[in-house]
Amino acid sequence: MALLEVQDLEIAVRTKGKLLPVVQGVSFDVDDNETLGIVGESGCGKSLTALAIMGLLGGTTVRITGGNIRFDGMDLLTLSDGERRSIMGNRMAMIFQEPMTSLNPVYRIGDQIIENIRQHQKMTNAQARDRAVELLSLVRIPNPSERVDSFPHQMSGGQRQRVMIAMALSCDPKLLIADEPTTALDVTVQKEVLDLMADLQTRMGTAIVLISHDLGVISETCDKVAVMYRGRVVEAAATENLFAELAHPYTRGLLNSIPVVDSDVDWLEAIPGRVPTLEEELTGCAFHPRCALVTKLCATSVPQETEYKPGHSVRCHFSGKVAP
Amino acid sequence: MLAYTAKRLLTLIPTLLAASILVFLFVHLIPGDPAAILLGDTATPEEVAQLSAEMGFDRPLHVQYFIWLGNVLQGDLGTSIFFRQPVLSVIGSGAETSILLASMTMIWIILIGLPIGILSATRQGTWIDQITSSGAMLAASIPTFWLGLYLIMIFSVTLGWFPSSGFPSLSDHGGITNLRYLLLPSLTLAAPNAALIVRLVRASMLDVSREDHVRTARAKGLHPTRVAIKHIFRNALIAVAAAFGFTFAALISEAVVTETVFSLPGIGRLVVQSILRRDYPVIQGVILVIVVLYMVVNLAVDLAYARLDPRVSLK
Ligand SMILES: Nc1ncnc2c1ncn2[C@@H]1O[C@H](COP(=O)(O)OP(=O)(O)O)[C@@H](O)[C@H]1O
Ligand code: SF4
Ligand SMILES: [Mg+2]
Repeated sequence: MALLEVQDLEIAVRTKGKLLPVVQGVSFDVDDNETLGIVGESGCGKSLTALAIMGLLGGTTVRITGGNIRFDGMDLLTLSDGERRSIMGNRMAMIFQEPMTSLNPVYRIGDQIIENIRQHQKMTNAQARDRAVELLSLVRIPNPSERVDSFPHQMSGGQRQRVMIAMALSCDPKLLIADEPTTALDVTVQKEVLDLMADLQTRMGTAIVLISHDLGVISETCDKVAVMYRGRVVEAAATENLFAELAHPYTRGLLNSIPVVDSDVDWLEAIPGRVPTLEEELTGCAFHPRCALVTKLCATSVPQETEYKPGHSVRCHFSGKVAP
Repeated sequence: MLAYTAKRLLTLIPTLLAASILVFLFVHLIPGDPAAILLGDTATPEEVAQLSAEMGFDRPLHVQYFIWLGNVLQGDLGTSIFFRQPVLSVIGSGAETSILLASMTMIWIILIGLPIGILSATRQGTWIDQITSSGAMLAASIPTFWLGLYLIMIFSVTLGWFPSSGFPSLSDHGGITNLRYLLLPSLTLAAPNAALIVRLVRASMLDVSREDHVRTARAKGLHPTRVAIKHIFRNALIAVAAAFGFTFAALISEAVVTETVFSLPGIGRLVVQSILRRDYPVIQGVILVIVVLYMVVNLAVDLAYARLDPRVSLK
């Protein structure tokens, strides 16, 4: 049994009295020590999926309307709030897209790490502080025994994200969810942070769910990939199988929008149009207004998930076909 | 921080000078002659002119200002025309009432306003929030004289629990128990101000609760109460601190209605009565003291900001 099993996850948003589905029928597994990449443009439901796993949806406007999330043999959706909290920040931890604002500006970073440690482990403040210094040096913050007393505003974005990683790893989680952890960082810092995560994973054996809108980042760091489009997984496979043969027109579009080094335009708009909003009603394949291969069938019938190759599933009526 | 405080106090000097000119001019622009008012309707113009000259009101305005300023700098705010006592001691006797009243009111505001504000924010959208929010709306809009009179009617006249008027000094017979005279007035003053704090705490907490770092706090598995207090309320306090400071200053200078309803010998009533009596030295003295009070509060608020928010640096 896998460490994390998400089955047919459904999430809906309540707007103007109506429940609009944002995430539909999403399923995937993550094993110990494995990295799953979730990729897709902004607005496809990646963050909501991550927050649902972590247990942070907790509002009345956005909520889980169906499916199952199993973690380490537990059915997360039936746990009590208290049981759920004993997992959060402990066996499962998360880092976010916004390093500049994800730490509380009024507390020293050390105290914020200590708070996480002491929430889950019986330690004195002094022991937890030693552990915090150790974690800061693990995430390669220079002078950790001094920086432990810094306030967030005294650190750069990259350093703050390292602090977030240190905090997330403070209780040796089995699963780390990283929602676009490098999107807000400079390109050079991005690479350092991704390398750090990969390095820590090999050392600690943590499973990682890495969310990104950048297929390039995913291809370099993940064992397997789920491509999301407007709330559904449209293609999923082991990374090497996926890149051997991109079977869904959307995934091919994403690959073409990887920035090309040495080109004048640093972002190629390979997929015309944009992700339709929740309010826009769509029949058939959600990608059909933007797809180069669209046919009459696509506009009327929702493609089901099919096994394109063993271990490579695709949601498209014309899997594997290439645009003429 | 000491150096900063000293520097700020120094910069107060020019501001105070400017304020003193304004105060002086403003007071002397009030129509009416203090000598005439003091002597009453039966006085002859000659008697009025003579008294005016004695008090120095016949000299040019700027000469009067510099004489006054010179005395103020030596700690002498002049002599009250009406009380025939040094202005400083007139203000001093009003200040005891005002400071005690304002302090008791602040305690109510903190004891009532903060918990209800926190409750209302953490139960946003529930019936608890609806009740506390509409209660706050109501309390903020009740006129203080009306509330004061009702409290007197219920707790003094009907139940006889608390005195309805006056305030003997703490140094008089009764000592600390004399504070019971201030109970109803302080509750009266606290009601609308606590209501404002409830709304401010609620609004600031809701703002903070949408910030990213609160999601981080929840991701740590912290209990919702701990998130609400340590992460949401603590950060919301930065916005609330300024309101506390200025509420305190306002309680001293603007408590006229409450002081009148409860016949309290406070600063607010002293100002109004002194204006009616054209008691220039007292009016000038009180306004100057209030200006200083606001400046000190301003400084205290800035110091509090620096303590509450490490991003603020004192320069
Ligand atoms: N709290 C919310 N209330 C209403 N709509 C939301 C909320 N959060 C997200 N959404 C909507 O859900 C969709 C998916 O959002 P998200 O999961 O953040 O996408 P992604 O992370 O892939 O960019 C978006 O259309 C977004 O507008
Ligand atoms: S189902 Fe049709 S519209 Fe959708 S991706 Fe496949 S070819 Fe394009
Ligand atoms: Mg997102």
